[in-house]
Amino acid sequence: MSMTMTQKILAKHAGLDHVVPGQLIEAKLDLVLGNDVTTPPAIDVFEKTNATQVFDAAKVALVPDHFTPNKDIKSAEHCMKMRRFAKAFNIENYYEIGDPKMGVEHVVLPENGLIAPGDAIIGADSHTCTYGALGAFATGVGSTDLACAMATGQTWFRVPEAIKIVLSGSLQGHVTGKDLILHIIGMIGVDGALYQSMEFTGAGVATLSMADRLTICNMAIEAGGKNGIFPVDDKTIEYLKKYAPERYAAERYHVFAADEDAEYVRVIEIKLDEVQLQVAFPHLPENTKVLGEFERVDIDQVVIGSCTNGRLEDLRLAASIFKGHKVKKGIRCIVLPGSQRVWKEALREGLMEVFADAECVISAATCGPCLGGHMGILAKGERCVSTTNRNFVGRMGHPESEVYLSGVPVAVASAVLGYIGGPDELSK
Amino acid sequence: MNAKGKVFKYGANVDTDVIIPARYLNTSDPKELAKHCMEDIDATFVDRVRVGDIIVAGPNFGCGSSREHAPVAIKASGVSCVIAPSFARIFYRNAINMGLPIMESKEASERIGDGDEVEVNFTTGEIKDLSSGEVFTAKPFPEFIRKIIEADGLVGYIAEKAKS
Repeated sequence: MSMTMTQKILAKHAGLDHVVPGQLIEAKLDLVLGNDVTTPPAIDVFEKTNATQVFDAAKVALVPDHFTPNKDIKSAEHCMKMRRFAKAFNIENYYEIGDPKMGVEHVVLPENGLIAPGDAIIGADSHTCTYGALGAFATGVGSTDLACAMATGQTWFRVPEAIKIVLSGSLQGHVTGKDLILHIIGMIGVDGALYQSMEFTGAGVATLSMADRLTICNMAIEAGGKNGIFPVDDKTIEYLKKYAPERYAAERYHVFAADEDAEYVRVIEIKLDEVQLQVAFPHLPENTKVLGEFERVDIDQVVIGSCTNGRLEDLRLAASIFKGHKVKKGIRCIVLPGSQRVWKEALREGLMEVFADAECVISAATCGPCLGGHMGILAKGERCVSTTNRNFVGRMGHPESEVYLSGVPVAVASAVLGYIGGPDELSK
Repeated sequence: MNAKGKVFKYGANVDTDVIIPARYLNTSDPKELAKHCMEDIDATFVDRVRVGDIIVAGPNFGCGSSREHAPVAIKASGVSCVIAPSFARIFYRNAINMGLPIMESKEASERIGDGDEVEVNFTTGEIKDLSSGEVFTAKPFPEFIRKIIEADGLVGYIAEKAKS
C-alpha cells in the first residue's frame, strides 16, 4: 500500500501500518503550540476538561509574540493569563520577552531545536505548517483543539490527499523561496490545496536553503493546504545538527520518504529557473503579478519580517540590498527580526547598522503589524509592501488600506524607490 | 434540529480577518467579538442580524488564520448556520468544535439570494429557500457531529459523555 510522506508520518503516529486519504485517525503528538492570541481561550477550555496537568510539559510550547511587548491592557491581561498557566504547569518552552529564545513562534521553534524530521505537530496558529520544511507533519488548529491536545497529547485528523510539486533547476538572480510560493498560490488559488498536503520534491529541492523551505511551507495555508512538506536531505540534517544537537546525537528523529507510486490528486512541475519576482496585489495572496508587468504603484510603508521572512538569511539579504541606499523620504520602512537570536546575530554582523543608516526603524521581535496588531498600522488609503503572508482586507490596519506581498528583495527596493520595484532599478 | 432565518449573502474567500479583525483579538469574550463580526466586509451586519439568521457565501469560507474567535463571533452574533460550497479546513474544524453548524452546498450557495428566508434541516441536510421555493440537499452531519453541535461544542460534548 503506497503512501505519501505525510500519510506515512500520520500512520506512524496513529500506530497504524498504513492509512488512506479520508480516513479519520487519532494521532500522538510530538509538540503542541499556542500563542498569546490563541492560548488564553484554550486555557478556559483546558480547565473545563478537568485535566490536572499537561500531557508532557516538555512538549508544549507557549509563545507570546502576536501583541507583545504588550500593546494594550487587554493584551497584557491575555499574556498574564498565559504566563501564569506556563508557570503553574512548568512549561519549559514558554519564552518571556527578552529571553534569548523569544520571538515569533515559527521562527523560534525550529531555532530552539523543538522540530525534527518525522514529528507530528499541531499549533493554534495557521502558519504552524512552516515546520514541514524539516520533513515534519505540522498543521494549524484552533484553541479548543489546542486545549484538548495539551491535556491528552493527541488529536484527530482526516488523512489528507496530496498535491505533488516537482521542482527542477534553481532560482535565479534576486528570486527567492517567497517568489516561488507566491507563484504557486497564484497558479492554484487560495483554495487550490484545500484540505490537502503540498509535497515538494524533485532535483530542485536540494538547491533551496532551509530558510527558503521554511518560507515556502509557511504559506502552504495560503493555498488552503493542510500542510506543506519537504523531503529530508543533507541540508535538513545539517540544520538539525546545528539547532537540535541533542535530538540529532540521540537520533530522536525519523526520516520518511514518499513511496515512488504514492497517489497524488495533482502533479505540478515547476522549473525554478523560470520563476520571476512576484507581487501579490490586494486583497488575496493569489492575486500575483510578475514584477515589471504592472503600472507604477506608489507606497507609504514597507515591512520586512514575520514568520514568513524574518529569519537571519532574510535580514542578510535585506542589508546586502540596502547597503549604500536610503529609504525614500516620506516612506516608512520597519524591520522586525523574527527572534531575539536573529536580532542579536544581526547586530553582531553589522546588519542593524546598515538598516539604521538606510533610515529604517528596527523593532523587537514580534508579529506586530503583520496581522494589524501594532508597530506599523496603516491609515485609510495607505499602501504597504510587506514580506508577510496575508493581504486580506484590513489585515494591516484600516479596511481601506492595501498590502502588497513580496519577497525581501522587492520589499527593500520598493522602500528605496517609493514605489513597487526590484533591486535592478536601484542605482549601482 | 433545524435552523431558520434571513440570509446574509457574501462572495468567495470570506477570510477570518474580515469575520473578526485582529485588532479585536485582544479579547476572547463572545459578546465583545460579536459586536465586530463581519465589520470589514459589511459594517451594517451587526445592526441588521437577528437570532437565527443564516450566512450564505462562496467557496473557501473562513480562509486565513486559525482564530477560533471567528466562528465564536459568528455564533454569538446570532447566526444559526453558514452555507458555502467549501470551507477552509481550520475554520471547518473550529466551527464544529464551537458548535456552529456549517453546510457544504455549491447549488444552495449559488442559487440562494441575499435577504431570502431559508430553512435548514441538519438531520436530512435539506436546505429550503422559502422565498424562491427551491430545495437543495447538502451532506447531513454524521450523528457525533450533530451531538457536538447540540452540546454547544466539543467541550460540552465531552462533558456530557463523561456524565453518561
